[in-house]
Amino acid sequence: MNSNKPVTAQVISGEKSGFTLGPLQMGPVCCNPQPVIEVENLSLRYGDKTALDKVTLDIYRGCITALIGPSGCGKTSFLSAINRLTDLIPNCVIGGRIRVDGLDIHTAESNVQALRQKVGMVFQKPTPFPLSIRRNLSLPLREHGVTRRSEIDAISEQVLRDVGLWDEVCDRLDTVALSLSGGQQQRLCIARALALNPQILLMDEPCSALDPIASGVVEDLISHLRGRYTIVIVTHNLAQARRIANYAAFFWVKERAGHLVEFGRCQHIFESPTHQLTAAYISGARG
Amino acid sequence: MLKINAMRWRHFYLDRLVQVFVYLAVLTICAVFLWILIDLLRGGFAHLSWNFLIESPRDAGRAGGIGSILVSTILILLVALGAALPLAWTTAALLAEYVSTTSKFGIVVRYSLQVLAGVPSIVFGLFGNAFFSIYLGLGFSILSGGLTLACMVLPILVSTAEAGLRAVPDSYRLSAAALGMTRAATLIHLLLPIAAPTLAAGLLLGIGRAVAETAALLFTSGYVDRMPGSLLDSGRALALHIFDLSMNVPGGDAPAYASALVLVAMLLCINIFAMKLVQNWQRRRTILE
Ligand SMILES: Nc1ncnc2c1ncn2[C@@H]1O[C@H](COP(=O)(O)OP(=O)(O)O)[C@@H](O)[C@H]1O
Ligand SMILES: [Mg+2]
Repeated sequence: MNSNKPVTAQVISGEKSGFTLGPLQMGPVCCNPQPVIEVENLSLRYGDKTALDKVTLDIYRGCITALIGPSGCGKTSFLSAINRLTDLIPNCVIGGRIRVDGLDIHTAESNVQALRQKVGMVFQKPTPFPLSIRRNLSLPLREHGVTRRSEIDAISEQVLRDVGLWDEVCDRLDTVALSLSGGQQQRLCIARALALNPQILLMDEPCSALDPIASGVVEDLISHLRGRYTIVIVTHNLAQARRIANYAAFFWVKERAGHLVEFGRCQHIFESPTHQLTAAYISGARG
Repeated sequence: MLKINAMRWRHFYLDRLVQVFVYLAVLTICAVFLWILIDLLRGGFAHLSWNFLIESPRDAGRAGGIGSILVSTILILLVALGAALPLAWTTAALLAEYVSTTSKFGIVVRYSLQVLAGVPSIVFGLFGNAFFSIYLGLGFSILSGGLTLACMVLPILVSTAEAGLRAVPDSYRLSAAALGMTRAATLIHLLLPIAAPTLAAGLLLGIGRAVAETAALLFTSGYVDRMPGSLLDSGRALALHIFDLSMNVPGGDAPAYASALVLVAMLLCINIFAMKLVQNWQRRRTILE
């Protein structure tokens, strides 16, 4: 938690965006891919409905991986399995193995709270709590043992600056977060996830509930987070996936279950896909 | 053409008819409330005074005041809420947050509460007398009465609190879990503050039912109208006092009216106070640290 102390942030932005990022921004890029999430033979069922069938996939450190595919092919389920949010769904059964940082997330000794601290998540619909902006950030921090007021304030300011929200909200931190606009709410949710100093961010269609301008701001923010965080993003916007992602995974429904059809470098998937289904989906012929 | 016109007229009249009924209903409700209030004021206002509020009743309540009775009423209410609230709200949290809607345990608990909610209060009185007064040896006492009322208001408190918690969207639970918050912390720091208005509404319903109760107290807290010395003393509740004055005491009409006026005023004050309290609490939990 301590590495999140406010560093003298360098301003990366031009006129277009006002995000500030710490020095780690220049961190490892994707020329030498190291897997940080290893998914092996992941199968996921809701009752007797199979949502995912034998998905095997590595997510590389510091990169942005886009999950694409039609609705209902199990992208959200895939994300929820990684931070074990599926534990909350009563009839959800998981098979196969997921390792984060080399550790199996389903063993008895793996701590789900620690896992979720390490693996943050942002949902499709912005979900700020109906609390003040300040408390939206402090509540999870306190849960993870950061109790000193000064430390909480410092982290809050840092992450709000990271998502370019500080200047917009610094004089109204005590107002209810629901009074923010949709785009601001989504950036607050990203800030809230960042406050816990995660390594990995799972984003489930983070832009699809936003207007084009807010969506653009959030997209810029996400590409600024590259390198500092490992990002897995679900998007229906293929142009967006192409703009921001390093890797892409294409899911498809076969025999009423979600399958991974193809995974590879973004460029490869979009320009010379090996699979026919991928090519058809990319060119807009299906899905 | 003709048909359309006819339809239009039909719609027009239907519209008017509905409007008239709605207004009539609203007027009736207001009229009933006003009638009660005016009746109470006319019958009891002249009898009200500061002394009436603090003196103990004399001559079976014809003279003196209702001081001791107010004290008993408040003590009974405090005992009832003190016993029922923790039990009810933990049960509600258990039912809403920890037990799936289809589990056997949840169904049994909910069904029991439903049955309990439908039991007439005189039965609660008999049960309270048999269990608290005789079996547990509490006798005719404020404690027996309070605990009996606690059993009685339990279903209201549980069902409103459970409904309040269930009304909180699941997206908050998911986001909280995704931030690594435990279920207990989510419940305490997030769900309860959000559900606070519903909890308060349930609490007020419970208080209303408890303060208005006569039959259940007859056999449990008794009708001794002296100032209670402890929770183990018998104490007469306000509603019981009103019942006694109007049914058994010739010439007790004026004090009965005045007592009823005090009862209504008391309920009003409790309502306002509770609402303010919840508003404050919610603001503290949501805005401040
Ligand atoms: N909680 C659930 N219970 C039962 N079925 C579900 C649940 N969540 C999702 N599903 C089903 O699993 C499949 C995959 O869903 P999802 O992961 O949300 O796909 P996507 O995010 O790609 O649209 C869908 O067919 C959906 O109906
Ligand atoms: Mg989805």
